[in-house]
Amino acid sequence: MEALREATAELTVYVHPSNAADVRLAVSRQLSTLLFSYEDRFDGVLLSHEVEFEGDNEDVLDGLVPYFGVPVTANMLLFSPQPEMILEGKVEMLGKESIHAIVLGVFSAAIMADDIPEMFKFKRRGHGGKFISQSDKRHVIKKGSMIRFSVKRVDTEMNCHITGSLMPPHTGCMRWLSVHDAEYASEISSGKRKPRDHTKSEQKVQGRTTANREDSMVNSERPRKSRKRAVGE
Amino acid sequence: SLSLASPPAKTLETSRLASPPPPCPSRRAGIPSATHLTGRPPGAEAMVAELRRDDMAEEAGTIRDSVAFRLVERVLQSVRMEPFLIAPYDLEQYRMMVGTLDTSRTKNRDDEALYVTYLKALSEAVSKIDITYHHSLLNNIFAVRIWYLQRDTMVALLDLITRLAAVADQYLRECLQMLVNNFTPPIVERNEVPTWAVSRKKDIFSHLCGSLKTISDTVPLAPRMLRDIIDRSMPKLFDNKAKMISFVECMLGLDTDRMGDLIGAILLAKVVDLLTELDVNITWEDILQEEHDKGIFEMELEDLDADDDGDGFGQAGTKVCLGGNACAEKLDGLMVVVCEHLKSLDRQRLYKEFVILKTIFRASLLRVHRSKFAQFIMFYTCSLDPKTLGEGFAVFLTDIVTEKKEDPISRMSAVSYVGSYLSRARFISADTVVTILKKLVDWCVDYCDHQSKREATPIPNHQLFYATCQAVMYVLCFRLRSIMDYPNLKSDLFHMPFGFLFRHRLEPLKVCLPSIVNEFLRQAKDAGLVAAFVDPAAEDAIESDLSRTFGGINRLDMFFPFDPYLLKESDRYIRPNFEFWSMVKTTYSDDTDDDDDELEDLDAPEMNVGSLDDHVEIDINSDDDDLEYSMNKMSITPHHSFLHQMAMDSDGGLSMPARIRPSTSPPSRWAMSGESP
Repeated sequence: MEALREATAELTVYVHPSNAADVRLAVSRQLSTLLFSYEDRFDGVLLSHEVEFEGDNEDVLDGLVPYFGVPVTANMLLFSPQPEMILEGKVEMLGKESIHAIVLGVFSAAIMADDIPEMFKFKRRGHGGKFISQSDKRHVIKKGSMIRFSVKRVDTEMNCHITGSLMPPHTGCMRWLSVHDAEYASEISSGKRKPRDHTKSEQKVQGRTTANREDSMVNSERPRKSRKRAVGE
Repeated sequence: SLSLASPPAKTLETSRLASPPPPCPSRRAGIPSATHLTGRPPGAEAMVAELRRDDMAEEAGTIRDSVAFRLVERVLQSVRMEPFLIAPYDLEQYRMMVGTLDTSRTKNRDDEALYVTYLKALSEAVSKIDITYHHSLLNNIFAVRIWYLQRDTMVALLDLITRLAAVADQYLRECLQMLVNNFTPPIVERNEVPTWAVSRKKDIFSHLCGSLKTISDTVPLAPRMLRDIIDRSMPKLFDNKAKMISFVECMLGLDTDRMGDLIGAILLAKVVDLLTELDVNITWEDILQEEHDKGIFEMELEDLDADDDGDGFGQAGTKVCLGGNACAEKLDGLMVVVCEHLKSLDRQRLYKEFVILKTIFRASLLRVHRSKFAQFIMFYTCSLDPKTLGEGFAVFLTDIVTEKKEDPISRMSAVSYVGSYLSRARFISADTVVTILKKLVDWCVDYCDHQSKREATPIPNHQLFYATCQAVMYVLCFRLRSIMDYPNLKSDLFHMPFGFLFRHRLEPLKVCLPSIVNEFLRQAKDAGLVAAFVDPAAEDAIESDLSRTFGGINRLDMFFPFDPYLLKESDRYIRPNFEFWSMVKTTYSDDTDDDDDELEDLDAPEMNVGSLDDHVEIDINSDDDDLEYSMNKMSITPHHSFLHQMAMDSDGGLSMPARIRPSTSPPSRWAMSGESP
């Protein structure tokens, strides 16, 4: 899954004094409030986190708000889909004009009729309907199929809804692809991924400075991201 | 606004509309008339005529759908630009389509069919809908009250909503809001739900819940949003009763299991919050039927309780009074809904919900000061599966009592709950009671030991200890007799160190409520449990100074959460499992065949028959004397009904005054079953 990546960030988490007895728990809880939401700072959706504490320095923030800031280093697993990425999802609902799939069990993706190749014909009969490719009758997309699709657009405002497309090559039902698509098959058997061009997005990230906002509980000073790609599934 | 005449007319039409239009004799193959797509599209009537002429075979159905779809698609596309750029003809078409989707106007049969067709076409064309350009269209869709729709139309509409929600995030909130808005039926005159709505309720609810489930399957993060929406849309305290009940009923029907942890226990927690809020808003003034003497410390006897199952005067009288209170009515209705929901669950789900309820109980209900009826949902849940849940709840409460880390208020409250629960729940077996009592007694003994190592501390610090002792005595007042019937339990009980406890310098017998102490001692003496050591003088202490100073305004020890239930409608869920004091067999049982009973007691092998014989006789005799003596000792005039009862009571025994009023006004909950003496 290309969109998954690990990142390390140095953060300052502000903790209320009432939680001073168990700071680790408080920090963990605070970070957990960010789960499954798209965060601009991280440029992705936080899926999981693991914190390490640096020393015992807990600075009291003077001023009106007596929270104390705890510097932590967080290892985070982020999901940041970008256009042109290839994602895999499980089909949940089908219609003549759309395919709805779920990525990683959490994110909804929709592929509209315009982005489904002409060769796929929709058959309404049978349990929810299915798409069958005219060129190869065995290429079937139905409810429960795992499909590969490319990302067209990501709506990060609310729930990270993905609009996808089946037009690009090497997309479609994974089961069929693993047998009939030579390139994909070799990819998965060798366990490597084709390097994707992400330089554009890299620059975008590094150029940005994050503002220190008083009201936000997690302040990332400068997310230093080590982009280790998730290899294989 | 929809006229009232229309809904009934519509339901009559349902049967006609549900069946498809008859197949036309001449079948038209192929797409009917290419002119639709190129030339000027037909008007509404012509369109309908066209559609209806089609064959009902699937192919033709598909053709018809595809015609509609293409039309809709075209119309949507044509207005997808700045308003001033749109050709007037296109605008006209669009307006006509929007007009068909407007449900505020009544529809004839043709319009209805067209409406359904449009809905189906829109379901497929969702990706073509734009939030800005097709604003009025979306408005009409989201404003629909599905209660007024025909069944087929409703299905088509819900399908559209589901697809809208799945296609893009931007519609999700509106879709969910629209569905939640439809949890409540339309309310008409006199704040009642019209009868036609009532009959369709189940069907509509199941469809709504089904749609929500589909949406959450397709958009897994949707339940998070749904949770917020339900939170905001939840009925408030002063909302209409019918709306409240309908909303909660539908809410509880949501399959939260499938929706996962994002929504999980929240819904049930919200319902309990609502119940609690209604509960605390029922004031005692509403319940009290008449003025009682507000003495410093009055004894109120079980004469009030005795009428519960008897002539029903007391209970009915009270219930009539409660009826005047709107909050009580609403709470009543909601309790019915919640109990029905709990009853409908299968075993596995029931266990899951029980776990959730325990958490909710502990977080909120446990700490509500003197909640009146809301806690009975726990009672009812436990009664559904006595072995597992009933015992589980008792153990759960006991653990709170004995856990040092818990805060004092929760522990005090929990001990009141344990006492009241074990006494009043008929479905709890005697051996559970003995097990729990053992735990409580052991805790008390540990406490005493701990105290012996330290210096004497002022009494308020021992609140929990006294409360626990009192709870133990209270339970035994109700249960002693039934425990005695089991030899193994009886011996367990007799092995408990009551002697040590009651002789301890903390003197629980002096501090706990005298009425309970007296009753307990009386029964225990009959049973031979405490014969040896009790100081006769202390026995009949009505109220010692210690007892009076102990507590104060918030006498938590006088909170008996499971005292008789007073809400009319929901009473039928509670009553079968509830133990009224008047039904309790005591060890000194004074029924007409009491002689036999007492002898049975005496004949029990462990008992020393000889010594008790005299003792019992003395007891009976001295009881009356003591009673008079104690009556004279009281510095206040006893309650009117007390004397009345004494006169009526041929038994001669002193009934268990489990209900005591606190020493300060307002009158306590036991005045609830107030009735004229």
